[in-house]
Amino acid sequence: MKKRSAMTKKIKVSINGILVEVNEGTTILDAARSAGVIIPTLCYHKDLCIAGNCRVCVVEIAGQKRLAAACATPCEEEMEIFTNSLNVLHSRKEIIELLLSEHNADCTSCFKNGNCELQKLASDYKILKQDFIRLVPFKKYSIDKYSPSIIKDDSKCIRCQRCVRTCSELQGINALTVAYKGDQMKITTFFEKPINDVVCSTCGQCINHCPTGALVERNYIEKVWDAISDKTKHVVVQTAPAVRVGLGEELGFGHGERVTGKMVTALKRLGFDAVMDTDFTADLTIMEEGTELLTRLKRALVDHDPDVKLPMATSCSPGWIKYMEHIFPEFLEHLSTCKSPQQMFGALAKTYYAKARNLAPETIVSVSIMPCTAKKFEASRPEMHSSGYRDVDFVLTTRELAIMIKQAGIDFMKLEDSHFDRIMGESTGAAVIFGATGGVMEAALRTVYELVTGRDVPFNNLNITPVRGIDGVREATVRIENPLTEWAFLDGVEVKCAVAHGLVNAKKVMDSIKSGESDYHFVEIMACPGGCLGGGGQPIPTNPEIRRKRSEAIYAEDAGMPIRKSHENPEIIKIYNDFLENPLSEKSHHLLHTHYTPRERF
Amino acid sequence: MTISYQLKRADFIFKNQNDWEDVLSKSIKRTPQDLINELISSELKGRGGAGFPTGLKWKLTSEITDSIKYVICNADEGEPGTFKDREILSMVPFKVLTGMAVCGHVIGAKEGYIYLRGEYFFLFPELNKVIREFEYYCKEINFDFTIRIFMGSGAYICGEETALFESMEGKRGEPRNKPPFPSNYGYMGKPTVINNVETLAHTYTIFKYGAKRFYDLGVQYSRGSKLFSVSGDTPKPGIYELELGMSLADFVEEFGDGDTKAVQVGGASGFLVPRKRFNETAIGFQGKLVGISLPTGGSMMLFNSSRSMFNVLDNYLEFFREESCGQCTPCRVGCQQLLKGIKAVKRGEKNTKYLDKLLRLTETMKLTAKCGLGQSVANSFSSIVENFREEMIY
Repeated sequence: MKKRSAMTKKIKVSINGILVEVNEGTTILDAARSAGVIIPTLCYHKDLCIAGNCRVCVVEIAGQKRLAAACATPCEEEMEIFTNSLNVLHSRKEIIELLLSEHNADCTSCFKNGNCELQKLASDYKILKQDFIRLVPFKKYSIDKYSPSIIKDDSKCIRCQRCVRTCSELQGINALTVAYKGDQMKITTFFEKPINDVVCSTCGQCINHCPTGALVERNYIEKVWDAISDKTKHVVVQTAPAVRVGLGEELGFGHGERVTGKMVTALKRLGFDAVMDTDFTADLTIMEEGTELLTRLKRALVDHDPDVKLPMATSCSPGWIKYMEHIFPEFLEHLSTCKSPQQMFGALAKTYYAKARNLAPETIVSVSIMPCTAKKFEASRPEMHSSGYRDVDFVLTTRELAIMIKQAGIDFMKLEDSHFDRIMGESTGAAVIFGATGGVMEAALRTVYELVTGRDVPFNNLNITPVRGIDGVREATVRIENPLTEWAFLDGVEVKCAVAHGLVNAKKVMDSIKSGESDYHFVEIMACPGGCLGGGGQPIPTNPEIRRKRSEAIYAEDAGMPIRKSHENPEIIKIYNDFLENPLSEKSHHLLHTHYTPRERF
Repeated sequence: MTISYQLKRADFIFKNQNDWEDVLSKSIKRTPQDLINELISSELKGRGGAGFPTGLKWKLTSEITDSIKYVICNADEGEPGTFKDREILSMVPFKVLTGMAVCGHVIGAKEGYIYLRGEYFFLFPELNKVIREFEYYCKEINFDFTIRIFMGSGAYICGEETALFESMEGKRGEPRNKPPFPSNYGYMGKPTVINNVETLAHTYTIFKYGAKRFYDLGVQYSRGSKLFSVSGDTPKPGIYELELGMSLADFVEEFGDGDTKAVQVGGASGFLVPRKRFNETAIGFQGKLVGISLPTGGSMMLFNSSRSMFNVLDNYLEFFREESCGQCTPCRVGCQQLLKGIKAVKRGEKNTKYLDKLLRLTETMKLTAKCGLGQSVANSFSSIVENFREEMIY
């Protein structure tokens, strides 16, 4: 809400006697961090606006009667701040005790046990004697477990409103909001309906930003263990590009460490019968989607077909898809008909792969590891049965995979690297960058440009830097020159592209398309900030700094790949030769493409 | 310490308002600086209860450069036991409107709003008519100022100025972090003066008669007169305009029923004064001269010996449990704990020492709550529990 002044006037403050110089407008919390003083927080999150409502970060300021919330109070010249005075310590402990008295602190049976910010505070401050009256039994708390993605347990909510701010500021959906006041105040949905029945993209950003166990993913860990141990089942697993740069964080590595090889070894040790890569179907997506784009361009530019819908929008992000179905149902035909890589993989696992390995499709259990909770919803869509079976049986988040690895007693740090299994395990640098915002665009341009012109994209080392980065909306134009004869109609055409991440930015792009302001040909949208690497299923915490590190890892992975263009993936060439024939062939349409469902706006 | 100060009645607020056109047209011919000086020298302090110097508030807002500013009249009179603003708005609304318009002239605002308490909807039609008449006159004298009424929906917290802005902006009525303060960042993020109904009515008096007439009333640090809403065990409940600085003993002498055990000064968020402290307690803003000086938004509730102070406290806490906005921990959970806590002590489920833990809790609430509501719960709680501890226990 506050606007930081443009001036960079320096002011001096003292924090616990340590003198620090900070820019005017810096909060006490940030100033303290720069001085190496840690102030605990709960409602504060780097992704979100300041709320100042948990009051855990209170500090004492000389000359002021009341304590101030460090997150919400800007430093002033000569301010003398004490973060550990007896007053502060006592108040802070009492506030934590109050929070605990209203919280269902049933830690040992909580999914967030071990990664709960309230639990950590209680542990740090050793609130051993909790005298306040337990308020939980007096409340009519309910658990919403109807969604295939998100479970909301009000008894564990501490009303920090991080989820509310996330849904509003990052995603612009406002599925979660505050209702009632006083002791009845709660976080709920429109008309207090189950999350599954309201306008929700199921992106899971609320889960990623929840400090406690009030919002968690629906987990399918037990079901996957059951499938693995069932000797009659052949369990295949696919891993999304962003998982390999996030998983390590849960298992002892630093932020954004690439653990691809170790992840594959761990999955094999867990007992999966085949460990393959969603990156393979990411490459396949590029073939299908790139061809679809060219087809649409041809219909628009050569046939002047009034029915052709441009811009074409990517369809890899299921949170984005559900958002479109709710908010822009009239634009559904702008979405590429391509299924997401996860669902393409699922459909192929029980057809192409089953045939190649001579397996009965009904014996195959298809599991996917995703940085995403919307993928759980996507897998449960009724239309995702094109193999004749449910294409993807279980979706686990990056966090759930880490739990399984811990449960299995695998010392992840010590694992050797190994390779994905064949048939659907080969991939390219173009596929791995699907995990970062702008990646699908970049991968598509690498292939489309070469298909049309026979040459590499005119960017240094294939790195299409204008579509990379962290700006919410980015635009790029690629001019096609000297195309091959069959694409002569594209000569001189400037393909206008836009990339957006976070649904609040998606709305900006869609609004500009709706108003006719922009004339893009191709837009890539990812529901989550930073793209999949910042997905709702990624390790907690996720914040701008961590997303940056994961993003660097993704692009490093791309740069290190021997093949960096989807159409050069040998397994892709093979699947078209042996099975699918051509992009947009009848078989492709049946297995790899889908349709969308308009949904209500409330 | 005994304060020898007699109870003095005053009669400014409800005195006729027929000359409002005159007061307005003369005032807006004066320079903003002149008017600010007049207000500052009157030492008028906010009559909503917090007592911020009104002249300073106008001055701070006038110094901010912005093409859009707002004047807001806080008529969300929600403090239990306060009913004076309702009377001002029905008896002398032109004084309030004039105060708003002069404020608009001083700070450079062209729009004013009256945030009217939801329960006062019955005032709406008449007030609206008055506003039309007022605006018509403004147009006649080429003074560009409009006033609109914004209806509240019944939440006590929306009387808190920043929660009031949030409510007006169509959001949930929750207090904001301060700083920034309304003079910089108020309604719609614009510099805003927000004054209580009574404060604005007093500015009318000051602009009409000059600062001295006002300043001469009251005592040091607590200048002028103030409306009191007298209720409870009294033979003559009602609204009275009295000079500030009176001792509570004199007040009880005048309004008590002869059996007054305690007076709650300032409503549920105020302080309870027991009989033994009537003499040493003065009614006014905190200052250096007087002994105990209690500010009030006007609510004076008298309790006689038939009243259980436990029930009184229980009633206040029930009110806060429900009316806390619920966003900050100390207030939301604290109010629940206080209410459940005194009941548990009363029932014998918690030992009597638990009251001390609750008293410490109110200290924490006072130190850490985000807004005045959570900070003030401690006032009534500690003043009742400390003075009537045995009633809490039996």
